[in-house]
Amino acid sequence: MKAFTAHRGLVGPMDRANVDTDMIIPKQFLKSIKRSGFGPNLFDELRYMDEGQPGADCSNRPVNPDFPLNFPRFKGASVLLARKNFGCGSSREHAPWALEDYGFNAVIAPSYADIFYNNCFKNGLLPVILTEEQVDILFNEMNAEEGYQLSIDLPAQTVTTDSGHVFSFELDKFRKECLLNGLDEIGLTLKEADAIKDYEAQRAAQHPWVFGAIK
Amino acid sequence: MAGKTLYDKLWDSHLVKQNSDGSSLIYIDRHVLHEVTSPQAFEGLRLADRKPWRLDTNIATPDHNISTDKTERDAGVAGMADEVSRIQVQTLDDNCDLYGIKEYKINEMGQGIVHVMGPELGATMPGMTVVCGDSHTATHGALACLAHGIGTSEVEHVLATQCLVAKKMKNMRVTVDGTVGAGVTPKDVVLAIIGKIGTAGGNEHAIEFAGSVFRDMSIEGRMTVCNMAIEAGARVGMVAVDQKTIDYCEGRQFVPKGDMWVQAVEYWNGLVSDGDAVFDTEVVLHADEIAPQVTWGTSPEMVAPVTASVPTLDEQSNDEQRKGLERALEYMGLEGGQAIESIAVDRVFIGSCTNSRIEDMRAAAAVAKGRQVASSVKQVLIVPGSQMVKAQAEAEGLDKVFIAAGMDWREPGCSMCLAMNADKLGAGEHCASTSNRNFEGRQGNGGRTHLMSPAMAAAAAVAGHIVDVRSFDGGVV
Repeated sequence: MKAFTAHRGLVGPMDRANVDTDMIIPKQFLKSIKRSGFGPNLFDELRYMDEGQPGADCSNRPVNPDFPLNFPRFKGASVLLARKNFGCGSSREHAPWALEDYGFNAVIAPSYADIFYNNCFKNGLLPVILTEEQVDILFNEMNAEEGYQLSIDLPAQTVTTDSGHVFSFELDKFRKECLLNGLDEIGLTLKEADAIKDYEAQRAAQHPWVFGAIK
Repeated sequence: MAGKTLYDKLWDSHLVKQNSDGSSLIYIDRHVLHEVTSPQAFEGLRLADRKPWRLDTNIATPDHNISTDKTERDAGVAGMADEVSRIQVQTLDDNCDLYGIKEYKINEMGQGIVHVMGPELGATMPGMTVVCGDSHTATHGALACLAHGIGTSEVEHVLATQCLVAKKMKNMRVTVDGTVGAGVTPKDVVLAIIGKIGTAGGNEHAIEFAGSVFRDMSIEGRMTVCNMAIEAGARVGMVAVDQKTIDYCEGRQFVPKGDMWVQAVEYWNGLVSDGDAVFDTEVVLHADEIAPQVTWGTSPEMVAPVTASVPTLDEQSNDEQRKGLERALEYMGLEGGQAIESIAVDRVFIGSCTNSRIEDMRAAAAVAKGRQVASSVKQVLIVPGSQMVKAQAEAEGLDKVFIAAGMDWREPGCSMCLAMNADKLGAGEHCASTSNRNFEGRQGNGGRTHLMSPAMAAAAAVAGHIVDVRSFDGGVV
């Protein structure tokens, strides 16, 4: 997995609460059997005026001029500023894949849906949680200043603005460690193979019906 | 020391290792796979030169993107009209064949929506941890399982290790006591709960549904409720074991027999929260408060009793709520203050992992019987949740009731719940739907979804607009 340590980049907005993963990447693009290539269809229904089709070239599609991420000033944004409960709904990992493929390295929001939040860490995408007040400050600063950038430091767990705000954020130690080092989580779990086998032996003795039924 | 909740017990019995950094390794008993979220996981296994840890834990079936049209289905995978979807289903078949994973293929008896198939085959049983690359996996919690959705990276993790790295959730109990009135179904109960706590109300929690309403509810009804825990933000929804749970499981294909059955039942009967267990969050509703529910907006929390009106901007307490309401009304093409019953429907969808089981089919057929779909309604899709549900419904003659009423009787799959196949709404069309999400574009680009129970959806099909099933044409419930 891609590691994340620190990032400084242009901030782009998604200024609404409860953005669901259907909105992040609509269902027709889930037919792909690949992990990559979802960026052009990120926020497809909001971003374009026509209906997107999987595999179709997006470069000549009519774009929605009212969708903020289409504004020239937000081109190349790599930090997505969002509102509460971002990523609710479907478990599709295609949502963080699309955000990452589009060019986002981090999302900042007051809260996330659980499955989406978890999925981000598997893909080198950092979901930062700040308070609603802090997110409001960032939205205000971003709206006031073209080319608005933020600095995110994962080891220090801070978001720093050029105006001098330093906002701390929390995240689990394990997730932080995996992201910092780009660790292969499956490889880490496989180091516990003996513990897993011990558990299975003990469980098979207690609850034998859990094993062997499906063939 | 306080007693344990059902969730605590399920968690403790699957703990492989507690790490010093606060994370835990949790063992997974049952892994359910489908075509959409598994191909990249199998590919990941191959790229890392890994193999599935255990085969007898996995069970697979295609459901999300397959056609529900009989002619196309009869042609099998090779006959799938959408080439991209065909490759995805073929990839599932190939992966299952390659590794020796049990799969119910596209037209095989046993195939169905993953969350209908698992319980009906007895592949999911009380006390298990159940995961699937689908957020509605909480459905299986109706059997007192610890069941939740996972992303594709975790599908790969479970395939490779039979474990997940997890952090324990908080405990929430939602208690609904009393007796629901006629015409009020499990769907109405869960929509009312979501309306009360909001779409993020259950974030970071595992919900246990408790109280007489759930005790009185059938297992299929409990599945409808647990299914939508995620629409309240909770990955996990559960109901404790009682005699109904045991009776439901008995005799199903993968459930133990003989002495092992007796042993299992003894264990399962302990899968209830202790009397002195403490929950981090408690929510209480009373059955009397709950009328048939309908969503009017673009989030499941935007829900109201069918007798109510669409909210108005004046009623909103802050700017954020006003903005959200304004956007939802614009998308839905509705006016604040408009009566819910005045909303005309263009299409009706009865199906999905929420409401496609035999009791749902019976409830819809009871309304459709002897009636006709309104001429203004373009299409009424009745999509049974599985081959077994379809066979049972046909044995009871329900298919003939639907067809006589002018409805389409289809082949099992997820269908218009997420519109990955040809079953979808056109832009601007209103749909009375028994599915679980009314997000923008969910059932088709520009489509407008109104979530409700199967009986309410069937009534809307006949009336041509949303209608209170309790007062419908002399009463049908």
